[in-house]
Amino acid sequence: MKAFLILEDGTVFQGMSIGSPRESISEIVFNTSMTGYLEVLTDPSYAGQAVAMTYPLIGNYGVTPDMESERPWAEGYIVRELSRMPSNFRSTGAIQDFLRQHDIPGIAGIDTRALTKILREKGTMNGMITTDEDYCLADILPRLKAYTTGNVVDKVTCARISVLKGKKKRVALLDLGAKQNIARSLQQRGCEVTIYPARTCAEEILSAKPDGIMLSNGPGDPKECQGIIQEIKKLYASDVPIFAICLGHQLMALANGADTHKMKYGHRGGNHPVKDLETGRVYISSQNHGYVVDAGSLDPVVAVPAFVNVNDGTNEGLTYTGKNIFTVQFHPEACPGPLDSGYLFDRFMGMMGGIQ
Amino acid sequence: MPKNPQIKKVLVIGSGPIVIGQAAEFDYAGTQACRSLKEEGVEVVLVNSNPATIMTDKEIADQVYIEPLTAEVLEQIILKEKPDSVLPTLGGQAGLNLGMELAESGFLEQHGVKLIGTTAETIFKAEDRQAFKDTMEKIGEPCAPSQVVHRVEDGVAFTNTIGYPVVLRPAYTLGGSGGGIAHNEAELVDILTNGLRLSRVGEVLVERCIAGWKEIEYEVMRDAAGNCITVCNMENIDPVGVHTGDSIVVAPSQTLGDKEYQMLRSSALNIISELGITGGCNVQYALHPTSFEYCVIEVNPRVSRSSALASKATGYPIAKVAAKIALGYTLDEIKNAITQKTYASFEPMLDYCVVKIPRLPFDKFITAKRSLTTQMKATGEVMSICTNFEGALMKAIRSLEQHVDSMMSYDFSALSKEELKKRLQKVDDRRIWVIAEALRKGISYEEIHAVTMIDCWFIDKIAILVEMEQRLRQEPLTPELLREAKRMEFPDHVIAALTGKAEEEVRTMRYGNGITAAFKMVDTCAAEFAAETPYYYSCFGSENEAVQTMGRKKVLVLGSGPIRIGQGIEFDYCSVHCTWAFAREGYETIIVNNNPETVSTDFDIADKLYFEPLTPEDVENIVRLEQPDGAVVQFGGQTAIKLTESLMKMGVPILGTKAEDVDAAEDRELFDKILEQTRIPRAAGGTVFTAQEAKEVANRLGYPVLVRPSYVLGGQGMQIAYSDQEIEEFMEIINRIAQDHPILVDKYLQGKEIEVDAVCDGVDILIPGIMEHIERTGVHSGDSISVYPAPTISQGVKDKIVAYTRRLAQALHVVGLINIQFIAMEEEVYVIEVNPRSSRTVPYISKVTGIPIVDLATRVIIGNTLKGMGYPVGLAPEAEYVAIKMPVFSFEKLRGAEISLGPEMKSTGECLGIGKTFDEALYKAFLGAGVQLPKYKQMIMTVKDADKPESVDVARRFEALGYKIYATRSTAKFLQKHGVNARRINKISQESPNVMDLILGHRIDLVIDTPTQGRDKSRDGFLIRRNAIETGVYCITAMDTANALARSLEHANIGGKLELVDIAKVKNI
Repeated sequence: MKAFLILEDGTVFQGMSIGSPRESISEIVFNTSMTGYLEVLTDPSYAGQAVAMTYPLIGNYGVTPDMESERPWAEGYIVRELSRMPSNFRSTGAIQDFLRQHDIPGIAGIDTRALTKILREKGTMNGMITTDEDYCLADILPRLKAYTTGNVVDKVTCARISVLKGKKKRVALLDLGAKQNIARSLQQRGCEVTIYPARTCAEEILSAKPDGIMLSNGPGDPKECQGIIQEIKKLYASDVPIFAICLGHQLMALANGADTHKMKYGHRGGNHPVKDLETGRVYISSQNHGYVVDAGSLDPVVAVPAFVNVNDGTNEGLTYTGKNIFTVQFHPEACPGPLDSGYLFDRFMGMMGGIQ
Repeated sequence: MPKNPQIKKVLVIGSGPIVIGQAAEFDYAGTQACRSLKEEGVEVVLVNSNPATIMTDKEIADQVYIEPLTAEVLEQIILKEKPDSVLPTLGGQAGLNLGMELAESGFLEQHGVKLIGTTAETIFKAEDRQAFKDTMEKIGEPCAPSQVVHRVEDGVAFTNTIGYPVVLRPAYTLGGSGGGIAHNEAELVDILTNGLRLSRVGEVLVERCIAGWKEIEYEVMRDAAGNCITVCNMENIDPVGVHTGDSIVVAPSQTLGDKEYQMLRSSALNIISELGITGGCNVQYALHPTSFEYCVIEVNPRVSRSSALASKATGYPIAKVAAKIALGYTLDEIKNAITQKTYASFEPMLDYCVVKIPRLPFDKFITAKRSLTTQMKATGEVMSICTNFEGALMKAIRSLEQHVDSMMSYDFSALSKEELKKRLQKVDDRRIWVIAEALRKGISYEEIHAVTMIDCWFIDKIAILVEMEQRLRQEPLTPELLREAKRMEFPDHVIAALTGKAEEEVRTMRYGNGITAAFKMVDTCAAEFAAETPYYYSCFGSENEAVQTMGRKKVLVLGSGPIRIGQGIEFDYCSVHCTWAFAREGYETIIVNNNPETVSTDFDIADKLYFEPLTPEDVENIVRLEQPDGAVVQFGGQTAIKLTESLMKMGVPILGTKAEDVDAAEDRELFDKILEQTRIPRAAGGTVFTAQEAKEVANRLGYPVLVRPSYVLGGQGMQIAYSDQEIEEFMEIINRIAQDHPILVDKYLQGKEIEVDAVCDGVDILIPGIMEHIERTGVHSGDSISVYPAPTISQGVKDKIVAYTRRLAQALHVVGLINIQFIAMEEEVYVIEVNPRSSRTVPYISKVTGIPIVDLATRVIIGNTLKGMGYPVGLAPEAEYVAIKMPVFSFEKLRGAEISLGPEMKSTGECLGIGKTFDEALYKAFLGAGVQLPKYKQMIMTVKDADKPESVDVARRFEALGYKIYATRSTAKFLQKHGVNARRINKISQESPNVMDLILGHRIDLVIDTPTQGRDKSRDGFLIRRNAIETGVYCITAMDTANALARSLEHANIGGKLELVDIAKVKNI
């Protein structure tokens, strides 16, 4: 079946429908990872977005257990070519079927490089994937312009508290759309992880007397999360060590008077160099964000930059002055992507009182 | 960390002559590194014995020594030049070993010279088998159970504890030389004995066989601050068991999930960190196909063939960055030269698929075993880029120039299903074609996988190509079907053949439906950032990114494709220099080539690089877009020459010598006319198509005769025939491949062989120098020892050569380069062959005379005259020293290959000896070629009857040098009769001790075996020569070479220090 990808600027790509034939409007972003398509699809941070893979051959190793959440969250999937015969000893099926099963619309046969260049030049924009051959641009374009991802954190966060058993430090994980490997990374280090829905109030978390608090990644514009920011202010005021990733990092900054802004086309992929300003070491990081903290907007008395992106100089992490808090924009939990910055979980363990 | 200010002068070690396992990639790496060092203001001293390289140009380094790569020579260079540092990691295994030798002996420390790039300790930890194993154990990186052994008995005992099969890897050898897989004790003893001998330190690793696992490689960079990145990973389609240099390789890996990918990536970073490498490093893994179990196979703590491939596959200039790291920079301080926005501290992201296929020499060595093992056999490789795997594979196949262009090119259709299943077990260069036929016959993926262990993903891709063949055969050719076939890169003529249409029809249909190639950029970042570097590949069904540039005059330079015997790195040298010369003249330059190992495909050589197959259709795609003002074909070897006609049809003017004049030199009748006109004698001969005709001509001329196809390079298929029977044999071989052009049969003349290269501007010529071969005619010029200036010919002969060269160049209206081979018999001069194009000797003669003939030829091509450029005409004055080019062979890598020299070229590379006297130059040339004699002062002689009179003098000279001479029956008798104390030994068929026992006893320095004619493999001589080569005994098959060696050893005996010549200071005119 034919499918079309229609961009806000009127560009139309024609391809073949994969997955669900339903129509979907979302923000169109691109990811440059060459492996890890399942982790990308199931990363809740892609809620409200359709993701285009720049690597042209997708689905080579099929569907494996490498999921970052219960289901795919991307609102659409854009690829050049899907493998007709996945091959891997863990493969249980093809991506095509996986998308269909979860009602995720997709389009294959797209020159994703051409698409990427448009997004790179004009910036991230909204788009539609449709199988309607008689689509009418005049009707569609206003709808595309009107679309916003809105408050997607509420959509992806967990419904109730759950606990992952562990014998050592007790960590409260605020689920803003958390990738599962955050909890796994903590668990691997012996932590008991209590996962809280995004709307949990600070008092409830603090009353459980956790050894540390972890603010997760998540989708959307951080400024949409005003309520959560208010709670985070209270978490900041406590003396509990806090480690935050991605959206969590942005919300902590907003809670402390900083500003964030939307980037032209964001950072999504597994090859972004970030520099640890304390040691001067550069790590290759996994990234997925469209918003960034304005490093200049933060009072150095409150927080100082801890990491910076080597390519474009944007802020990649903050250390909070006089506090046991540090936050990063990139993803030390990887999945997909390089495992180089996994040591930050060890640093967090240290903040909670030693690596045991 | 900024640049270390203490590094001011660096000695860079090159990799020496091209041999199998160490090819052009080190010229590419070395050249890039030298340029990188120079742009930092560092003074570069270069040493490399290989004159065909670009790195040995005076533009690349400040001081250039084309000297033998031995520790003694390097010590002398260090004493003379006083560099503060030595960079050993860019010259392959040869460079690394030398760097180690200098460090281990304490010489470097003693003279305050530092090893940069990587420390001796790191090299030791990565290269020494036991140290490496211990290091891996320390950081918990798994290796296959293994043991380092120094004795055969230990190997057998250890294998008994882990079980067969086992893999054997000799330490400190390149290309897996001497290694292999042993399935039983007999094989183990055989391979192990050989491996222990080949290893520099007499050590071999015996290891659990992990054949059949996925073979994965990572290219890693690390700086002194500890920052690490991976440039690229690669997956071998051929699982563990086939040397990675002989495997079809795809980048990035295709069948690994992120878990596997990151697991191995993290492992590679752990290893490079633990080893403390500063620069580039290659880590090879075996990954179990159905679990996460993996083993580290090996680590190369240096720039390698794989890193050259990774550089071209990603656009990340590994050698350049490695050089900067050696100077002290950190990755985040080095700009990404492709994007100019980002830094070297990132990981390239590909948005395409890269396929590399090795170029194997079995078309040259038809008797050699085609089987692929852990011992590398490829002489070169091609790379292709496409947005899908099928297309990349199809493009790579046709880049090979081995008469293959689809999955049907090797025909196995005569085999039954059962036969195919058996044939699948054979691991050779035609395996993917066997798989294609197996799929056609309905053998399942699982069955094919079970036998070959090739991942089903790749098998499915071959199946997709096979299905497309079927569709094209059966379905009407609709635009949709055509579009899909082109997406998979089926060439038009293959589509035409399958659909029963004319190629022109397919083409017209394509253009009519807008099915045209689009060009995409290789930008290191999957389009995330705008890139500055115009490095393109083609694909179908995509948006075109390449834009036709205007303004300057534009020239298309056609490269020479994969390195093969007969068409080596010399032609890349010519292509690159031609490109630079055009650029200096204000032209916009475009290079088309498909060889990832070369300098010409470096991203900053031409204004634009198209990484594409060199076929008419692929080139036409570029021509349609770029509309060049002209194309040059005379620098790219036969590959480029073959495209002449097609380019003219496309309306592209051929710059320089006209196509019809090139034809005139190749076409027998036309050429005979020219010779008549110019009154130049040549050997009598005729042109034929069939064996019958050939025999008639041969009998008319009288045997022996020279038989060869026209339009080939390197004397491919050329033979001296002594009988009707041999004519039949050779014609059968030549005609196995359909010949478009007639076959030449000439009277064979034995005399001195002379060669010249000349620049001609249409009127005047400039001959930089006359080269004389040490071997008489009958040995291919590329395999002969070549001496400049010609030492033994008279002034009269020289005058004739100059006059003939001028007349021929004028008669052929040569504008650019011309290469002519002559025979001198007494005072008479005959012409053998004329090639109105660049030749193998161009880099060598340019360097030793200081006359930049490619540059001059290029300027002549665009309208300058020799006189106008201020150059003298005629023969340039002779240099004050002697330069000798010595061929280098790779016979030990090719089991079963005939090593005796003849009219067909067999050498893979060359080295240079340069000295004040002939003897010194000759000694250096032998030394550079790795002939380090004497050792045991024992030798074997077995010569054919015709050579017996001459053998006496040779034997006497070796006797005088203290050699004990063994000889087979008739040779011994002859020598004894003439007063040489030759000891008679038994032939192979006779009882022990016989000649074979002597060779295998490892006490022999040298075998002089001049073979009786014909290609009879079963003869004793063949076995003697093969066994000599495989046990590392130097083997000579021509009397002239033997004389030269004797002379060289006599000179060495006199002693004296070798004098160094800085080639960058050579200026003749």
